Amino acid sequence: MQGRFGVKDPEPTFSWNFTNMSDLTIDCVSMRFNLPSGDSILALENISLDIKGGEILTVLGPSGCGKTTLLNIVAGFFSPTSGIVSLDGRPVTEPGPERGMVFQQGALFEWMNVRDNVAFGPSVKKLPKSEIDDIVDRLLEVVGLKDFKDKAIYELSGGMQQRVALARCLANDPEVILMDEPLGALDALTREKMQGLVLNLWDETKKTIILITHSVEEALLLGGRLLVMAPRPGRIHKEYRLPFAALGVGADLREIKKHDEFGPRRDEILSMIWDMEEEIMGRMETGM
Amino acid sequence: MIILLAYVAIFVVAYVAVRQISGRLTHLWGVTARKTVTFGDESAVTSDRWASVISVITIFLLWGAFTGSKLTPFHVPGPFIGETSFTYTSENLDGTRDDATVAVLVFEVGAEGDFNPPEVEPGPGFAKNDSVKVGAWRSVLVRVDKNDESGREDGAKVVAIDGREVEPGDSVNVNSGTVTISSKGTPNFKPAEGWQMEPIWLPSPEAVVSRVAEIAQHGYQNSTLFQHVGWSLFRVVAGFVLGSLVGIPLGYAMGLNGWCRGWFDPIVEFMRPVPPLALIPLVIIWAGIGEFGKIILLFLAALWIMAIAARAGVSGVAISKVHAAYSLGANKFQILRRVIIPNSLPEIFTGARVAMGVCWGTVVAAELVAAERGAGMMIMVASRFQLTDIVIMGIILIGIIGFGIDILMRTTERWLIPWKGRG
Repeated sequence: MQGRFGVKDPEPTFSWNFTNMSDLTIDCVSMRFNLPSGDSILALENISLDIKGGEILTVLGPSGCGKTTLLNIVAGFFSPTSGIVSLDGRPVTEPGPERGMVFQQGALFEWMNVRDNVAFGPSVKKLPKSEIDDIVDRLLEVVGLKDFKDKAIYELSGGMQQRVALARCLANDPEVILMDEPLGALDALTREKMQGLVLNLWDETKKTIILITHSVEEALLLGGRLLVMAPRPGRIHKEYRLPFAALGVGADLREIKKHDEFGPRRDEILSMIWDMEEEIMGRMETGM
Repeated sequence: MIILLAYVAIFVVAYVAVRQISGRLTHLWGVTARKTVTFGDESAVTSDRWASVISVITIFLLWGAFTGSKLTPFHVPGPFIGETSFTYTSENLDGTRDDATVAVLVFEVGAEGDFNPPEVEPGPGFAKNDSVKVGAWRSVLVRVDKNDESGREDGAKVVAIDGREVEPGDSVNVNSGTVTISSKGTPNFKPAEGWQMEPIWLPSPEAVVSRVAEIAQHGYQNSTLFQHVGWSLFRVVAGFVLGSLVGIPLGYAMGLNGWCRGWFDPIVEFMRPVPPLALIPLVIIWAGIGEFGKIILLFLAALWIMAIAARAGVSGVAISKVHAAYSLGANKFQILRRVIIPNSLPEIFTGARVAMGVCWGTVVAAELVAAERGAGMMIMVASRFQLTDIVIMGIILIGIIGFGIDILMRTTERWLIPWKGRG
């Protein structure tokens, strides 16, 4: 087998699980937070969304629009005030290994080396050691960190740390991958490389991916579907279906940005978010 | 005052000298990349190794110089040792005056050999010459009229010392000493003291060192030096280990469970500011002055510190790490063992360093109050007998051991948690 990453694997003992292409359903989800002052805010209002197995979805929006809350509900860290999230018909009530999560940064276990971080998921599942070694080797090759197996986390650069986080998440072979601004803390060049890596991983593994970002370009490049959310209360403002993610697989992302449709879309979404921010500022000034 | 001035002078002179020398040397080696702004940039202020070395040497030099140590090449003037004399003038009832000389031998206290007052001729007149001996730093009341033909009982009195008229209460500087006339009219001779410290206030370094060797071999108060120090250390380690064994799980429980936090918070928050020393009287009432009481006291000293450190360690876990672990399928026990415990280790180590320091201080204080053996008991008993050299030796040893404990903890910390501060 010759993988996309030019990796020869003579005996592929580990392979992606393509059979459970699970659909994720978000049905009428609302979330109300009680504030210490006695007030409450509606962070999410009646969000409904169907995500097909293998889709890549990006979520954009001004700060305070509830996009991270939505992701945390899907991950099972919060249970919504009303509504239900289900994966393949099974309701989501708590975090679980079928919904892997990649955080912005600092979520790696720095008391473990790279290998043990990636092996965390398989080892809490108590897989046999040889199988764990196999998974770790394969995934570190996929993310290009084969030679960094025994390094400590603090010896890696920010980009490498996010590669480890991706590998750690993939090691569990989850059905859905949830990414909360995974590239937000990286410098521009590293970020571009990592965007390519995310697209290629999506194409190879056929996983469902939900990615939250602040960058409009990133949302356009990586989103097969793109959601723009609006704040107060958090709701879906507009949804796009875009060709760029499919085009971008294995391609030069800079070329994709020159696509005829890319510029207009970017400007449209930017002004949309700009207007929302203006509105928030206006409301603050009038004391709302 | 003189010591302080000398210290400041050495500080300034050494600074200027080292500056000059190192300035020349950098000139020779060529200037490497240097920051121009160092005042206010804390990271640019490095501890000067030379300053540390000179600082330590200075302390020993001053100590040696002011105690007449044989190890230091120079000393401040010591007390007068040797023979001197002064004259007194006695006046009897009918107004006749006569002079006589008092010969004084000043000897070194504690030195070997017999010291006898110098032999003198009685001399002419009704006042006869006298002869006395006195130890350095001491003083002697000279009953000059005792051998006079006309003494105090006959109405004679001392009216002048070395030719200067005196009244009772006056002091006169004489050769190598001072004479003070007592209220009854007797001259009191005090030899010149010099600037050096008397051994019962501050013994010389070599006296302290030789005392270390003596106590290490023969012991003091029924135990050798190592037994004293060993018992103190044993109490600290036992109290600390017990305190950690209870305190760390307690801290975890408080960090992980609301009921436990609510239950123990008032107790821990109340007991934390109570200095362990304030518990000594109660512990003595309850458990006596034996080992059990000491270990209970140190257990209590370590317990709250370790509980609070463990609780802080749990609250210091980034929520994203815990979320990540749950998303990877870990259960509560696996989260505790593989995420929370390793993540709280830096806090626990900081707590352990503080706890060891507090325990070491508390054990010495507890031994000062009451103990059968231990470093604190050793210096307390020695101080009652004015054995200053043992006291100083004990203080230095206590300091070295406390410092050693801290170094040991820091080394262990670096070895066990290399990721500290680099997450």
